[in-house]
Amino acid sequence: MLSKSQARAFFFGGTAVTFLIFIGLTIYSLAPGNDQTNHELITDQVVKGKHLWEANNCMGCHSILGEGGYYAPELTKVVERRGAPLIKAILQSPVPWAPNGRKMVAYEMSEEEAEALVAYFNWIGGIDLNGFEKIVSPLAKDKK
Amino acid sequence: MKYKSQKVAYWFFALCMLLFSLQIVYGFIMGFARIGMDGLHEWIPFNTARAVHTNLLVIWLLTGFMGAAYYIIPEEAQRELVSVKWAYIQLISLAIVGVLAITGYHFNIWEGRKFLEIPRELDYLVVANVLLFLGIILTTLFKGKRQTTTALVLTMGLVFAALLYLPGMIWFDSQVTDSFFRWWVVHLWVEGVWELIMGGILAFLLIKLTGVDREVIEKWLYVIVGLTFLSGVLGTGHHYYYIGVNKIWLVVGGIFSALEPLAFLAMALFAVYMYRKGEKNHPNKIALFWTIGAAIVSFIGAGLLGFAHTLPQTNLYTHGTLVTAMHAHYAFWGAYAMIVLAIISYVMPNITGRKRYDHINGHLAFWLSNIGMLGMVVAMGVAGVVQVYLERRLGMDFMVAQEEVKIHFVVMLINASLFTTGIGLYIYEFIKYGRPTDEALEEELDEEQVLVN
Repeated sequence: MLSKSQARAFFFGGTAVTFLIFIGLTIYSLAPGNDQTNHELITDQVVKGKHLWEANNCMGCHSILGEGGYYAPELTKVVERRGAPLIKAILQSPVPWAPNGRKMVAYEMSEEEAEALVAYFNWIGGIDLNGFEKIVSPLAKDKK
Repeated sequence: MKYKSQKVAYWFFALCMLLFSLQIVYGFIMGFARIGMDGLHEWIPFNTARAVHTNLLVIWLLTGFMGAAYYIIPEEAQRELVSVKWAYIQLISLAIVGVLAITGYHFNIWEGRKFLEIPRELDYLVVANVLLFLGIILTTLFKGKRQTTTALVLTMGLVFAALLYLPGMIWFDSQVTDSFFRWWVVHLWVEGVWELIMGGILAFLLIKLTGVDREVIEKWLYVIVGLTFLSGVLGTGHHYYYIGVNKIWLVVGGIFSALEPLAFLAMALFAVYMYRKGEKNHPNKIALFWTIGAAIVSFIGAGLLGFAHTLPQTNLYTHGTLVTAMHAHYAFWGAYAMIVLAIISYVMPNITGRKRYDHINGHLAFWLSNIGMLGMVVAMGVAGVVQVYLERRLGMDFMVAQEEVKIHFVVMLINASLFTTGIGLYIYEFIKYGRPTDEALEEELDEEQVLVN
């Protein structure tokens, strides 16, 4: 029968081993050779777009890379789907954009801010998502 | 209650009740918005309601864990807390940070990272607050007469939770790297170190409620938390399948996250077996219901419903849909909300001296909230599956699919009303207990005797 000291060794030993493997895999998957994100294409404008994305908590409604609020559409590859002019118009609109009655906050962004967010979406759109980019809803429509 | 300083726990639990009530209010705002009734949009848009709803959950659960620690640690270490005054300061500063963060969300002041919306400036206050809390707990343990496994596991969970908050404070230019390390906080909290905290509280409750030998319970506690880390740490990989990192996570995450239900199964079996093995009949039936309930519902919510969409082949379709929301609700409810409600139910008679162990309102609160939550989860699950089918199989537009699933949110809101009634009764009973009193110190002896009889 298992003793308490063996159970303790299982806990501490198992924890140490799995944490070490986890750290190793993290280093491996974030190594430049394994980059799937076109990291070199992250310009100042893309970074500004990410700042705006976070400052306005866009993820609270939308999702990106499949992560977010599930209240508004997934925005991975949104530029390919909707085009930059419409996206910019929505971001700069003084009245809430409300497709099908579900309202978005009217952010009234400047041209420069809207451009930065489009650059951010463009960079996101180029990421290799291990097949998810072909499944996520709006792209499934494109496949037809 | 054996030690006077354990009374501090009461005020942490009172804050829990307040924050939990507010969380439910914001949940309703979100639910109504989903069926098109968003009259509050101008003041509380959906992203605000969501940030408040999820952050209040995190804050009230952490407050509950802290309250539990302030009650459990003196009893385990067999001494008073080193400083009651600093514990109150810690509570007040925690409440201030929470209020500042939640208020800021209404004025577009946040970080906009799912679950970690607290602005970085406030993050430093969170860190200071948690350091103060850990200082009090660790010093009490260090100066105590004994160091038990239950206290060790609980404290390890709290220390790791504090350490793991740090990766979430680092800025990354890349959304992918940002997301990668955000999961170090969120996943390793929820499917890792928080389970240590849950395990510690569960072990303490089982020792008190069943009378089973401490050595037996603590031995199995090690096995359970060992299984948790063995599966949960590498199981983080299930968040990395489709966010733009290496395919190796499809294999690693798939295998280890599929093993995650084992830890929850072990916890459920452990609780039920210890309850049946226990020869002592503790009169606090309400606490017993919540304790055993937490172990069973966490297995279903976190274990089984998590498994339902954790394999990469399934997750490819369910990633970023309401299926995740369904799983999250039942997992948080079973694993964490219920265990906090269990420890509160156990502690309240002990610190107030009012032996209201087995009353109708307590049972109604348990069953109504559980039936209500189950109904909500089923409604969200159906909405999620329909969404996946319409959007990801038939290629319908997001908003068209959302219109189709609206009806399921009406069902969810009806069940949410049932849930709220249950929680309302729980809070009513909490208030009815009254304040903690020093007279309860004497009555602990009676409780020990009841346990033996």
